[in-house]
Amino acid sequence: MRPFRALLIRDLKLAARVGGSGLMGLVFFLSIVTLIPFALGPDLNLLSRIGPAILWIAALLATLIGLDRLFQADQEDGSLDLLRLSETPMEMVVLAKVTAHWLVTGLPLALAAPFFGLLVALTPESMLAMVATLLVGTPALTFIGAVGAALTASLRRGGLILAILVLPFMIPTLIFGVSAATAATGGTIPFATPFLILIALSLVAAVVGTVGAAAALRSGE
Amino acid sequence: MVIRQDRGRGDRVLRLHVENLACSRGERRIFEGLSFALDSGDALLVLGRNGAGKSSLLDILAGRLAPAGGSLALEEAGGRSLSECLHYVGHRDALKAALTAEENLTFARDFLGSPALAPREALAALGLAHAARLPVAYLSAGQRRRVALARLLVAERSLWLLDEPTAALDAASQETLLRLIDEHRRKGGIVIATTHQPLALAEAKTIRIERPAPDRSAFVVADGEGA
Repeated sequence: MRPFRALLIRDLKLAARVGGSGLMGLVFFLSIVTLIPFALGPDLNLLSRIGPAILWIAALLATLIGLDRLFQADQEDGSLDLLRLSETPMEMVVLAKVTAHWLVTGLPLALAAPFFGLLVALTPESMLAMVATLLVGTPALTFIGAVGAALTASLRRGGLILAILVLPFMIPTLIFGVSAATAATGGTIPFATPFLILIALSLVAAVVGTVGAAAALRSGE
Repeated sequence: MVIRQDRGRGDRVLRLHVENLACSRGERRIFEGLSFALDSGDALLVLGRNGAGKSSLLDILAGRLAPAGGSLALEEAGGRSLSECLHYVGHRDALKAALTAEENLTFARDFLGSPALAPREALAALGLAHAARLPVAYLSAGQRRRVALARLLVAERSLWLLDEPTAALDAASQETLLRLIDEHRRKGGIVIATTHQPLALAEAKTIRIERPAPDRSAFVVADGEGA
């Protein structure tokens, strides 16, 4: 557990320092959500109807921010070689790095959702549903992204390839995230049905993402 | 490739066997037929011109690169794998520029396990006590190399792989490094260093990796006791 904690703390510190991706995702999220009302016009009914979809797409794009550097930064300065020298399996290394990344990108997005919900005229119960769906859905996005990040770690300009690689795999999360958030404000399906599938997606992504990213890092070089 | 794992005897007796090792990068054969054996307290200098394959040899030993043939084995007390028994200091410093020297070493100490010196003591041993609280980004190339070398002291590992360890170091730091290597060997460790400058290690074995002649693949000559 000690190496895991050491790596987690190191990555959290790095995110907080100059040049870290700390709050960039959040600022990017804000920019996208602010743009939409300007583009659509002040139709509050329309905005509150498509609000959850806007927030989810913004969250998905914001997750991609900084994801390309997740393993690439370690690859470039040689830290990845150091990480290979521990008795800690690569899976634990991936898990620590992804957890740190989610804590500084995914978690702030979920917590800030009520504030951003104001910009797209969400109702209070809809805001609550947004927080819940982002909280359980963003880990899936981060873990899926981690596989792409590991595959593109040694590529220059890997960020674009990364986005193209992982976005298709994020579609199921997007579908069930939005449908759960929408179901909270009425509709024909109960909230629990898509919400439980969203949780399942996150759990599957956590396992597949960790093993996949570790395998990609091992076979890299 | 075979990596054997021999359960050790009681005390800290090390033996590193490398037999008939071959290395390819892409289609190109870098070297082949490389054999040596090192015991506790031995040092091996790997000589050769730029691009001859010195770093590739260290990469194979560190587990970063799969050998194209041959075998590696380490006999040591305890059943750990080769990569868990070694320190690797290469061209890339593996330091985080945004973190201070001390934070970098604290991480290495916690992550690598079997902690030895405290980060500050390790920095002091390399004459960098004053830089402990400075972000690594502010340090010069030589100072960064010394922080990377301080990593050798914060975690106890018996095999040191040093890739051009004296690069960017001034005369005084080179002296310090040689002293640290001697100390490590006295305690029963093994050091493998690549270099193209003379490195004054007592009773070091040397091997020279030659660049391949046009008509044949690379080969290794001059396996013997050095100065």
